[in-house]
Amino acid sequence: MSIQYETVIGLEVHVELATKTKIFCGCSTAFGGAPNTHTCPVCTGMPGSLPVLNRQVVEYAAAVGLATNCTINQHCKFDRKNYFYPDNPQNYQISQLYEPICRNGYIEIDTASGTKKIGIHEIHMEEDAGKLIHDEWEDCSLVDFNRSGVPLIEIVSEPDMRNAEEVIAYLDKLRLIIQYLGASDCKLQEGSMRADVNLSVRPAGSDVLGTRTEMKNLNSFKAIARAIEGERERQIELLSMGRTVTQETRRWDDNKEASYAMRSKEDAQDYRYFPEPDLVPVVISDEWLASIKARQPELRTQKLIRYKKEFDIPDYDANIITSAKRMADIFEATTAICGKPKKVSNWLMVETMRLMKEHEMEADELTFSPENLAKLIQLTDEGTINSSVAKEVFTKIFLENTDPEQYVEEQGLKTVSDEGALKEVIRKVITDHPQSVADYRSGKEKALGFLVGQTMKAMKGKADPQAVNQILKGELA
Amino acid sequence: MANIISDEMIEYVGILAKLELSDEEKEQAKQDMGNMLDYIDMLNGLDTEGVEPMSHVFPVHNVFREDVVENADERDKILANAPAAKEGAFKVPKTVE
Ligand SMILES: [Zn+2]
Repeated sequence: MSIQYETVIGLEVHVELATKTKIFCGCSTAFGGAPNTHTCPVCTGMPGSLPVLNRQVVEYAAAVGLATNCTINQHCKFDRKNYFYPDNPQNYQISQLYEPICRNGYIEIDTASGTKKIGIHEIHMEEDAGKLIHDEWEDCSLVDFNRSGVPLIEIVSEPDMRNAEEVIAYLDKLRLIIQYLGASDCKLQEGSMRADVNLSVRPAGSDVLGTRTEMKNLNSFKAIARAIEGERERQIELLSMGRTVTQETRRWDDNKEASYAMRSKEDAQDYRYFPEPDLVPVVISDEWLASIKARQPELRTQKLIRYKKEFDIPDYDANIITSAKRMADIFEATTAICGKPKKVSNWLMVETMRLMKEHEMEADELTFSPENLAKLIQLTDEGTINSSVAKEVFTKIFLENTDPEQYVEEQGLKTVSDEGALKEVIRKVITDHPQSVADYRSGKEKALGFLVGQTMKAMKGKADPQAVNQILKGELA
Repeated sequence: MANIISDEMIEYVGILAKLELSDEEKEQAKQDMGNMLDYIDMLNGLDTEGVEPMSHVFPVHNVFREDVVENADERDKILANAPAAKEGAFKVPKTVE
């Protein structure tokens, strides 16, 4: 009989905070600068330079801790983690080991078998490293320290997850909470959210943890799911052959769908942490903590309750709209302008979702303005344009944030409501399609639809189909 | 000296610190480290009942900066400190994971 194995997974999630400046110096954290243009003596580890903590980093870290039910350590401090690597100019990373800012939290995820609590062991503040670029030409490496000193929080979960679905649900929830707080944009692809997966297997029913491995380089939810499946199989295979799992760090190669050990045994992982002497302790007073709490923005659960009460939109719509902060922001801002929540919701649920799928976009890539969507709803409601023209105009708004009033004017898309002009076109359609006219008169209702279609075509879509229908009926009577 | 540092230990610490020590230096370092550990043992033996843990030698906390960009692009000055540079970056021996 073969042994059934249970997978035990814990995550270390690094999140880049949305501060304007680095954690210990006044250098910009903006993306895309030329190499080393956002550097100074502090973030390049020059001798004699001294770090000074960015207050906003403490605020964001505490805000994430509060939103994930952590206890905030009102007295916390920094430690040095020592290691040599060219992307780390000081030969140590300033991090928190002994007294991290947050401890003992949890978040709730939805699983197939109901709600499950995933424990958060701790959240600590630390600095990011620089970036190494390999130079093929000279066979050397080039170091860009623009990312060096960018503030990170590392969120360490308890080993409470059992499969890839739970891991994805946890990451999704965590990302949403942090995005709502505005503490980070949490983009996996761009590296502002990075997840390392600690995984071990054990015979089902056992309460002893197996030897775990840590997997790095997971850049998408799909890669994480594949890496978990691959590593679970690798470990079970080792154990069923009577071999043992080695505790090590492994790098996932998503193209090859395989992982390999990153560091050799001789390369000891002994970081010799010690208290950072260049930084004084952080004391978060009750008043400061209370003011961070008071400034916590509304999170999704609260939003869902409010949407139901305030806007009377279906649960299904509210669920989807609040699933991304950007979407919820657009919804609320547009509704505030036009006062028509159901119509705003429809545009988001139908056309926006369709175009996002077509262009393979995420909600946080939406760039159209609430003002333009509100104008479009206004134009449709007052009958200036009909619904098929509105869809066409919305595509322009979605892609280029075009002003719909101006666009409708320039392209001459206004619905023709002048009865005389309409009649003229309809009479021509009737003359041109005697067979359909005969069909209609002999009782074939379908023929009317064809004639309406021909009229709309002749009007280039700019007529009110209702009016066309009526006039046609009148003319054919 | 109560704490005796083994040859293996001094070798290991040397690797971690990227230090190449001569035989004489190794012997000296073993002595020094042993003495330091003895001192720590002595501290550990003291009665600290009722003494507040100290996390920093200065009685100061909460030294912050506001989140405002202060530094302009001074890449040339920074790179002037680099042993070797190329295309605006620090040039180092080939490093791959
Ligand atoms: Zn700097």
